[in-house]
Amino acid sequence: MKQKKCAVVNRELCVACGSCQKVCPMGAIRVYKGLYAITDGARCIGCGRCAKECPASVISLEARHEN
Amino acid sequence: MKTEKRWYDYLWIAELVYFSLGFFNILFAWVGLCMFFIPLLLALAGWDKAYCNRYCGRGQLFALLGGRLGLSRWRHVPGWLRSRFFRYGFLLFFMVMFCNMLHVTWLVYSGAENLRQVVTLLWVFKLPWHWAYSGTATPWVAQFAFGFYSVMITSTVLGVISLLLWKPRSWCVYCPMGTMTQLICRAKHQ
Repeated sequence: MKQKKCAVVNRELCVACGSCQKVCPMGAIRVYKGLYAITDGARCIGCGRCAKECPASVISLEARHEN
Repeated sequence: MKTEKRWYDYLWIAELVYFSLGFFNILFAWVGLCMFFIPLLLALAGWDKAYCNRYCGRGQLFALLGGRLGLSRWRHVPGWLRSRFFRYGFLLFFMVMFCNMLHVTWLVYSGAENLRQVVTLLWVFKLPWHWAYSGTATPWVAQFAFGFYSVMITSTVLGVISLLLWKPRSWCVYCPMGTMTQLICRAKHQ
């Protein structure tokens, strides 16, 4: 079993500015209906660019388990 | 993976052109109303936060200054800054100051006050700006231009301070337009 990381957004605090989707190399994160950003777990490679760029610092990288 | 640049990725140039034109002729400040109404109209028309996400030249400018030019310290913004209490409070404060600017414009229109050829920075500091007005427009038109340019300069200065202290687009965290458009989206979708 290997462990990968994936971006997770705190939806309560996300300001939906879209900084994350601009820097994501995989197009794995987008702003949903102007409310908050959502990640596509299948595409996210856990590079952390979105987390670094996020001005509100509401994106974290969390471990996910894959078989 | 390098993404292809689109025309709207260069809107930061429009932002610089706007401030440059306003420096020489204050009447160009009126053009800034586009940056006020377009985000709201897009949000109301179902484009949600497309303005923030794609077309905000100011956000692009901050990203450029803080990211490409390396002016940001890349620190996290303080928790209170991203709280809803502060964001809504700042939006309220900004709107009150905007209404105050409209009131001053009304006073000049009605003849109760004379035109003040100053740009007010951070709502306090009055900078002389008389060279930018040659007397070609009616006084209230010029007064609104001085007032609106003050709003635009103030928010840009706050944005630059924010990018120097924290991350490039830290201004987006408490940008009144961003907060307003997100409120519209909340009202529509939640």
